Amino acid sequence: MILTIAHKELKTLFVSPLAWVLLALIQVVSTWVFLGRMDAYLHVQPQLLQIANPPGFTEIIVTPVFGLAALMLLMIIPLLTMRQIAEERKNHTMTLLISAPVSMREIVLGKFLALMFFLLIIIALLVFLSGMLSLGGNLDIGLLLSCTVGLFLVSCCYLSLGLYLSSLTAQPVIAAISTLGILLGFWVFELASSTHDGWLHYFSILKHFEQFNHGLLDSFSIFYLMLFTLFFLIMTIRHLDGERLHR
Amino acid sequence: MLDNAASITLSAQHLSREYHRHIAVHDLTLQLKQGEILGLLGPNGAGKSTTMRMLTGNLAPDTGSIEICGIDLLDNPKSAKVHIGYLPEIPPLYTEMTVDEYLVFVAKLHRVEKRSVAKAVENSKMQCGLTDRSGQLIGTLSKGLQQRVGIAQAIIHDPEVIILDEPTVGLDPNQVKEMRELIVNLGQSRSIILSTHILSEVEAVCDRVLIMNKGKIVLDDLLSELQRKAVGLETVFTQLTQIEAEHH
Repeated sequence: MILTIAHKELKTLFVSPLAWVLLALIQVVSTWVFLGRMDAYLHVQPQLLQIANPPGFTEIIVTPVFGLAALMLLMIIPLLTMRQIAEERKNHTMTLLISAPVSMREIVLGKFLALMFFLLIIIALLVFLSGMLSLGGNLDIGLLLSCTVGLFLVSCCYLSLGLYLSSLTAQPVIAAISTLGILLGFWVFELASSTHDGWLHYFSILKHFEQFNHGLLDSFSIFYLMLFTLFFLIMTIRHLDGERLHR
Repeated sequence: MLDNAASITLSAQHLSREYHRHIAVHDLTLQLKQGEILGLLGPNGAGKSTTMRMLTGNLAPDTGSIEICGIDLLDNPKSAKVHIGYLPEIPPLYTEMTVDEYLVFVAKLHRVEKRSVAKAVENSKMQCGLTDRSGQLIGTLSKGLQQRVGIAQAIIHDPEVIILDEPTVGLDPNQVKEMRELIVNLGQSRSIILSTHILSEVEAVCDRVLIMNKGKIVLDDLLSELQRKAVGLETVFTQLTQIEAEHH
């Protein structure tokens, strides 16, 4: 049943131009940055050779591309999640799902899974782009893997937060803006915590992503990001279930 | 009487529901037999929609219990909802899907077996006169056709209980006639609750009338009984709903 809902969500996502425009946008911007970094690398390559332990090209080219992708997804995911529950409510189609013999858990997980699949497409394209570097040298597979895992986990966090905020309102735009606002807040957290290493450090999901982006697979970060995703998914299910009881 | 008890498809006991201290439905008890078409009448704000939302599991009652085909809706919602078809006041349609895509999705959502999905879709399209609209986007259909897709959606999984909230709104006179025929046909083997503001529709289609006012049932009678007493539905309706109003 989760798959039926996920399948339908993906179908509606891909019949709208939104999905294609977003995919194209991400691809253009990240390729642009990719080429720019590659250019920079070729310029500094002779100097790098003189350093005892020079950074590899994976570090110089791939890391910034994934860092930028994390920021782009931060702005794009609210647009995807707003269409889920808030729009269903606005179009009165939520009734269909609630009246059907499916649980809230299946509805929410179905929607989450569909968007997760969309994310995997985006991430796969980025991995493919970075993988092309292996044509010209030895790609640091470990770093690429850690960046990929990090990007996936952090964007799952965006997704579940977006779904939760989408479940609170019947206005898609409000859902999108509040999700964007909170995610930007996390970004500011990260900027603030990088100047003085305080407790804020632990809360910013982007700070945790940075660990991955530097090739550090920290189990605490993995755990934190997964917990964050799970927490907001459960909150969404609970909120939707509660709505039947209280409103 | 014992035979009748066996074929009760919907049974709601002492349902109550409040919204912010305003009582929307108060102590409503209702039983529906197989093959019965019940007309649900009442002025706006009488609690009809709240009742229907409770019966379809969209809203949990504060007190009371609901059984669909003997399955408790509140304890066991997944198995109970299989037996309900619901058309809300505003049909729940995905305008960016085609009629076929939509109906296939709804059939799967209602746990129609994989191999009978295609058949169920064909069947419901035929009953609602949508066979030549299969590939059309729902958003491009006229209001009357959209309403028919809404009904197709409610009957696709062959439910025992069908709940229709103003199904003939927005249809032209010919379509209204077809719709009524469809409802009568469906009502032969199933239970139907039909909420409407059109009294003549109840007289044309229903076996039983239930009039609600201010959250309570003020009349629950067979239509044949009313006809035997030679009282018009309209007189009864105005009497029961306006006397109440004068008290307040």
